[in-house]
Amino acid sequence: MLSDRLKSILRGPSPPRAVGPPETDLGRLLAVRPGKNEMLRTRTSRGLEQFVAGFRDLPGLAILDLGGANQENVNFITSLGHKFYSEDFLRIFQEIFAGDLADQSNPSRIDYFLGQVLDYPDEQFDGVLAWDLLEYMEPALLSATIDRLARILKPKGYLLAFFHADERLDSVPCYSFRIENVRNLQVFEYGKRAPSHLFNNRRLEKLFLKFESVKFFLTRESLREVIVRK
Amino acid sequence: MSVWNKQRREEETSAPFTGNSLRPAPQALPVEIKKETTTLSNMSSMTVGRTEVDGARGGSASIGKAVKIVGQITSREDLYVDGDVEGSLELLEHKLTIGPNGNIRAGVKAREVVALGAIQGNVEATDRIEIRKDAKLVGDIKTARIVIEDGAYFKGSIDIVKTEPKGVPAVPIPPRHQAAAATPMAAPVPIQAGAAEVKR
Repeated sequence: MLSDRLKSILRGPSPPRAVGPPETDLGRLLAVRPGKNEMLRTRTSRGLEQFVAGFRDLPGLAILDLGGANQENVNFITSLGHKFYSEDFLRIFQEIFAGDLADQSNPSRIDYFLGQVLDYPDEQFDGVLAWDLLEYMEPALLSATIDRLARILKPKGYLLAFFHADERLDSVPCYSFRIENVRNLQVFEYGKRAPSHLFNNRRLEKLFLKFESVKFFLTRESLREVIVRK
Repeated sequence: MSVWNKQRREEETSAPFTGNSLRPAPQALPVEIKKETTTLSNMSSMTVGRTEVDGARGGSASIGKAVKIVGQITSREDLYVDGDVEGSLELLEHKLTIGPNGNIRAGVKAREVVALGAIQGNVEATDRIEIRKDAKLVGDIKTARIVIEDGAYFKGSIDIVKTEPKGVPAVPIPPRHQAAAATPMAAPVPIQAGAAEVKR
């Protein structure tokens, strides 16, 4: 805790955050997804630590990253001896739904989306990194996505997901995450968006009802890090 | 003489003079196309494409952006592809560069692969692969080293294959999936105060 504060003092002031009303056009947000030079901060992640602890001494596992490939995450996962799978979940989400919220409850659109982004055999993965991407979806699509994730995870496999915890917010930051090491994440912020819905513990428990266990870790920026085990 | 090299010679005689187009013709291009269809069109576009990429490829064989090849390509020298290729590409000891206009729907095997355009297919790069900003790769990658620039699109899997140092006999390793299947995932370490857990 103290070392984190010292680090933040040494690093100097944080770059300015996005201000103003939330962006509703996800395509525009995606176009400004940050590069390496726009890191907001590095922070510890108990969720990541737990996720990695789940398969640390077992090389050769299959790990799916839904955040799109980046050098850091590829390096980290492959350096542990695992096979890295990448899906740019948000980009496909944007391409298929393009801001049309109503379409997210259309069963054929949902099937098409899942076919594009999570078309894997049952029980293929030992771990899935979902980051904060599940937050973008409306209830029908979210529920179908979680069902699909439960299917493609192996028994005892882990899913790591983040949810904003502050229910008073009318806009939430868009983050992307890169793994610095087993405990630390590099956090990038690239705008704000209106929350599709906010999740309290009870709601998250219901959401992951098909999983064996759910753990929560609350971060300082009011994110709930959730690690679920199938 | 390869098909595209022949085309290049013809262009050089017919294309208007530009400083960039002055390049000695290679002695021999040991690139072979195994059968199938070859479509060449729009020669002026081809000249422009070649001029744009001269600095990047320094003497390798090339397929211009107006060229489409369907079939099997094997090469014994570096190859630059800025056109369409459908089938397979094998440059086992050499470097393959997919230019920004390149569109590959093929399995690729090379020593080194640099992607600036689009690849749809599995890629084996014995040494390394670079997926540059704005490149798009859909397929499974097997390589020793990988570089992914921000902005690149990648969908598929990455398998890092460690190359054995020369002279050291390879030690047999049990298949990964068997090892993984035999041992269940370790349970997570108990968590600190402040974390909540729900068990069912």
